[in-house]
Amino acid sequence: MKSFLACVSTIALLLGGSHAFAQQKATAQNVPEISYTSAPNFLKIPAGETLGEAVGVATNSKGHVFVYHRSANTRLWEFDKNGVFVKEIGKGYYGFEFAHSVRVDAQDNIWTVDEGTNTVTKFSPEGKFLMVLGRRPPAVDGAVATANGPNPPAQKYIFCRPTDVGWDPQGNIFVSDGYCNNRVVKFDKNGRFLAQAGSEKSGNGPGEFNLPHGLQVDGQGNVWVADRSNNRYQVLDNNLKPKTTYTNLGVGWTVCVSPGPHQYVFASNSNPNGNGPGTWDNTGEIYKLELDGTILGKFGHASKELGGFQVVHMMDCRNPNEIVVGEIESWRVQKLILQPAPAKPSNAR
Amino acid sequence: MKRFLPMLLATTLIAGLQATAQNAVPEISFDSVANPLTLPDDIYLGEVGGVAANSRGEIFVYTRTGHPTVSLGSSRAFAHGGSRLFQFDRTGKFIREIGQESYGFMFAQQVRIDPQDNIWIVDQMSGYVMKLDPTGHVLMLLGRKPEAITVPAPAPRGGGGGGGRGGALPGAGNSSDVFNRPTDVAWDAAGNIFVADGIGNTRIAKFNSKGVFIKSWGSTGTGPGLFGSVLAIAVDAQGNVYAADGGNKRIQVFDNNGTFKTQYTNVGTPAALCITPGPNQFLYSSNSNPPEDIDVAGEIYKMKLDGTLVGKFGRAGKLPKEFGTVNSIDCRSETNLLVGEIGNMRVQKLTLH
Repeated sequence: MKSFLACVSTIALLLGGSHAFAQQKATAQNVPEISYTSAPNFLKIPAGETLGEAVGVATNSKGHVFVYHRSANTRLWEFDKNGVFVKEIGKGYYGFEFAHSVRVDAQDNIWTVDEGTNTVTKFSPEGKFLMVLGRRPPAVDGAVATANGPNPPAQKYIFCRPTDVGWDPQGNIFVSDGYCNNRVVKFDKNGRFLAQAGSEKSGNGPGEFNLPHGLQVDGQGNVWVADRSNNRYQVLDNNLKPKTTYTNLGVGWTVCVSPGPHQYVFASNSNPNGNGPGTWDNTGEIYKLELDGTILGKFGHASKELGGFQVVHMMDCRNPNEIVVGEIESWRVQKLILQPAPAKPSNAR
Repeated sequence: MKRFLPMLLATTLIAGLQATAQNAVPEISFDSVANPLTLPDDIYLGEVGGVAANSRGEIFVYTRTGHPTVSLGSSRAFAHGGSRLFQFDRTGKFIREIGQESYGFMFAQQVRIDPQDNIWIVDQMSGYVMKLDPTGHVLMLLGRKPEAITVPAPAPRGGGGGGGRGGALPGAGNSSDVFNRPTDVAWDAAGNIFVADGIGNTRIAKFNSKGVFIKSWGSTGTGPGLFGSVLAIAVDAQGNVYAADGGNKRIQVFDNNGTFKTQYTNVGTPAALCITPGPNQFLYSSNSNPPEDIDVAGEIYKMKLDGTLVGKFGRAGKLPKEFGTVNSIDCRSETNLLVGEIGNMRVQKLTLH
């Protein structure tokens, strides 16, 4: 039995591994390197406190940094622009159990996406509860074992391990949902369901998803989705009809769209959880693109040292030359100062 | 079967008529007071199971918040936490928390205040109906929390779920004060206690004011005196018992001893009830939307005790003056209501015009 198990796991490793390597390596060629530095000791963690898996990171218009992280309990911390701790938000909140994403909207409201409670929550800039989408499974239904088999049908207002949230200029809300649904949902600004793309079923056709893991909306209202297990990014129009697919950027872990008149897209080919052998050679870099998909450059690499990344889970790009990244497997948040882009326009594809 | 069919036809006919009547129900105009509760920065309401005011207008909120937790112990798993009880003054300013770390606070279902200002808590998961004195100390307990919970083996997805609840103690059910997902509590003028034991069981239990079991009535079914579920309960000044039979989309009315009197079937799925005090009593009933859909139902009905509809107000949604699965109504004042919502994790203070 023992040898059988070992044999099975070896095969699984080989199969899974080789499969993963082949697809995770980005196929984009001739991409210029953007040089950067990581600001040392960026966040000042209060004495006696510990940052956990830094899966969510976002800034507001004042440059304050919000970190939604998995410590003993999932917690949301606010720091000022210098990285000095300001306060905790949502202490003991019912919708905090297993952090996945935090984003700040154009009015500086703070939104959390919690995949442990299936909730997306809107807090005011001061951290007061404003609105919740989704519902935490009632504890009275009992302890839940991980289910096998096909996902139950997706419901309009119920998420299944949602992953990210974004808004179009009109304030409509977009949610990527998630690990056990495979869809993107659009709500109006008051939380009323409007449309969805995908369903509970995974798929790899246009408008289908296999673990939509990150989402942002550009100034034209197009929805950028990191379609992680399909190793691609999909762009949907404002009504969630598929427009474009990018398959040359490796795994689609997470995406960020900078604000302003000239927007940039940042897409992370994060190194996989577990740091399997060889993965550092093929993954870990972040791409900078124009909205039309033109690749401007890339930066970063997998590493446990500062300046390198351990599974980038989220990026903030409010300032496209100062990227704040949160990592899972190193419990840290880094602020990356990008050097000006190469003078020559690249011909990367 | 032959007898059943004409009955079914009659029911359908009645339902049809009542649907027509429902369309003619006048809309009651109302406002929602902005920010009715002021919370400290480090306290967040979760799903509001219950909201109630005492004689001084102080507001009590029993809410599902914090972290429902399973601890691993000797051969078993133990569940605790997940709900808190907060007290506010009449202006909505936070006063204090009651019952921190209580063994019985797990899945907030309801809070009610009796005429002596005692605070009654109904917890759907621990199965307790708790009587706390006005200062918050435990005076009496009905029910008992299951010692441990069952952690299930993985089930097929979409298989219905809920199989993991080890809620009911062996022997739970009729003729005892052990409840299985109780939902509400009410009292008559003599102080007798009525408990809606209403989701895991489908019955109403009556106790005297000292907690001595008197009787229990109802079981699962659709006929008079039977329940699909009992989601809420209220007692009028004459001692009649009004039960929100959500599973059968009706309010059933019983006399003080549980004898069926009448039913009202034109108010959707009643999930929260309240009867106003005073000589001229009114009944409020919420046709609460299911938590998974805000595009249906959500309105609250105002009725006379004989079932005559006075009016209705509100609809499901997330904005002020919209409701997200109302689970609790306080109507100490006929025109100033407090409603507690599951879906929107809030309390609204409503002024009816």
